[in-house]
Amino acid sequence: MICMEQLTLLSPTAILGYGFPDRSFERGLSFGPDVIAVDAGSTDPGPYYLGSGKSFVPRVAVKRDLTYLLRAARTLRVPLVIGSAGGSGAKPHLEWCCGLVRDVAKEDGISFRMAVIPADVPPSYLKEALWDQRLNPLGPAPELSEADISDSTYLVAQMGIEPFVKALDGGADVIIAGRSYDPAVFAAFPVWKGFDEGLALHLGKILECAAIAALPGSGSDCMVGFLENERFMVEPANRERRATVASVAAHTLYEKSNPYLLPGPGGELDLYRTEFEQIAERRVAVRGSSFRPQPYTVKVEGAKRIGCRVVTIAGARDPRFIENLDEIVAGVEKRTEGNFKWEKGKFKLMFHIYGRDGVMGEQEPHPGMGHEIGIVIEALAETAELAEAVLGFARSTMLHYGFPGRIATAGNLAFPYSPSDFKVGEAYAFSVHHLLSLENPEEFFPVHFEEVCS
Amino acid sequence: MKPLLELASVIRTKNAGPYELTIDVIFNDRRTYEQAKRENSLNASLIAGLYGIAETDVLTAIYFDPACAFKATMKRKIPCGDFGEKDIYGAQQHAPLLDLVVQWGDKDADQS
Repeated sequence: MICMEQLTLLSPTAILGYGFPDRSFERGLSFGPDVIAVDAGSTDPGPYYLGSGKSFVPRVAVKRDLTYLLRAARTLRVPLVIGSAGGSGAKPHLEWCCGLVRDVAKEDGISFRMAVIPADVPPSYLKEALWDQRLNPLGPAPELSEADISDSTYLVAQMGIEPFVKALDGGADVIIAGRSYDPAVFAAFPVWKGFDEGLALHLGKILECAAIAALPGSGSDCMVGFLENERFMVEPANRERRATVASVAAHTLYEKSNPYLLPGPGGELDLYRTEFEQIAERRVAVRGSSFRPQPYTVKVEGAKRIGCRVVTIAGARDPRFIENLDEIVAGVEKRTEGNFKWEKGKFKLMFHIYGRDGVMGEQEPHPGMGHEIGIVIEALAETAELAEAVLGFARSTMLHYGFPGRIATAGNLAFPYSPSDFKVGEAYAFSVHHLLSLENPEEFFPVHFEEVCS
Repeated sequence: MKPLLELASVIRTKNAGPYELTIDVIFNDRRTYEQAKRENSLNASLIAGLYGIAETDVLTAIYFDPACAFKATMKRKIPCGDFGEKDIYGAQQHAPLLDLVVQWGDKDADQS
């Protein structure tokens, strides 16, 4: 069913809330987009956001972008599609994002039909899948245990295009989806319109990061996609940026393990025959990408609480202290363990030494030290109270630690702040990163419709 | 032999999911890329040596023609954000590549 010759897609920003210049957005709209789509999430910022149910991008920033997008989409009367709502796309993230959408609608006096698609996986379902051997580690992720599932505060699956298509079938003006496969957020509308899935997904793969695929790249600027039957084209909305073969091809590599085969829900994107062509100064055309359907799998993500974290930041300038650092750190660790021996196994202590190997650890090729170093001491413990006590003890021990040749006996550390210790709060780790086989792609991505009235 | 810095315009690392770290090296131009590919100037065993990991932990090492790029993906030392993390995004793990001097049109000289 090909009913259009070209479809125009507007990707306003790399992540909902990252923003975009007014002029770029207006220029993007001047192309007359058939759909506005934006990816709102990622696992990149680490496990905290999924585990805690909190957004990675601040509320005011997300609301700002949503206001522009809702106004534009309703003025042009084109669908607005948002995937991985709230950053991690679990229930609290989705509810948070939908709340912001309703607030904007009310304040702006706009009404529309909204589809909300949760992506939460019930733990009981996942345990059954584990028993049925329908759950496999993704890449080097470890084998899963039942405890990993039980300990996870939130579990989400990345939906493919099918739930979005169902929402479009149901007449949605605005789609707010939980955790989604990034390219699917962009590819769903074109596939629904009858365009080739391979080209649509590859275009989605580039648009999901908006102008990051341009030169110069930016995560907070708009990219426009034009999809045809045999090819697609991309062009940044901002005239100061260009899409080049190098910038677009390079983006195809980004954050992926194998650039030729990009696996996703229901199949993989095959780029072995992909050709990139510079067809105008700021525009690149891509052809040859194809979609190879495979047994339907989705990626499941989970995060679990691992304790509470407290950190302190200090500098050291004394050459003798720096010279004896390894011995001092070992001494402070030993003293701390001894002092809290009743709490053994309930806490961990870590020293990050900036100026030596704070970024690369044991893989640092040049671990020599300069005239000053930065130290971050980190304590992770079962409770906030214990973490504070351990960190406080380690900090004061290091401050006054005696070492051979010590000449500055008033204190070894320079603290930039009072209070010196920062309560980071709950800490999380990824617990699930596995592929789940599904019989039906819509199995647990129910589509709820809601009339949002001003 | 030639410093990689003279051959490439982009040398970067980044997470590819929470359990993998991926290296992208984009060469200056197609000619340079073709020679690097022909000479296998970058490869899995070299990456393993550079990062002090087992070669089996280099999961892919591949030349990507459309982008004139070499890409290698390694198992992360620890999953992203676990206790002991030093680089959540994995975006500052490229330093060893900046010192690298690679095989460059001197195979015969090496053998003699």
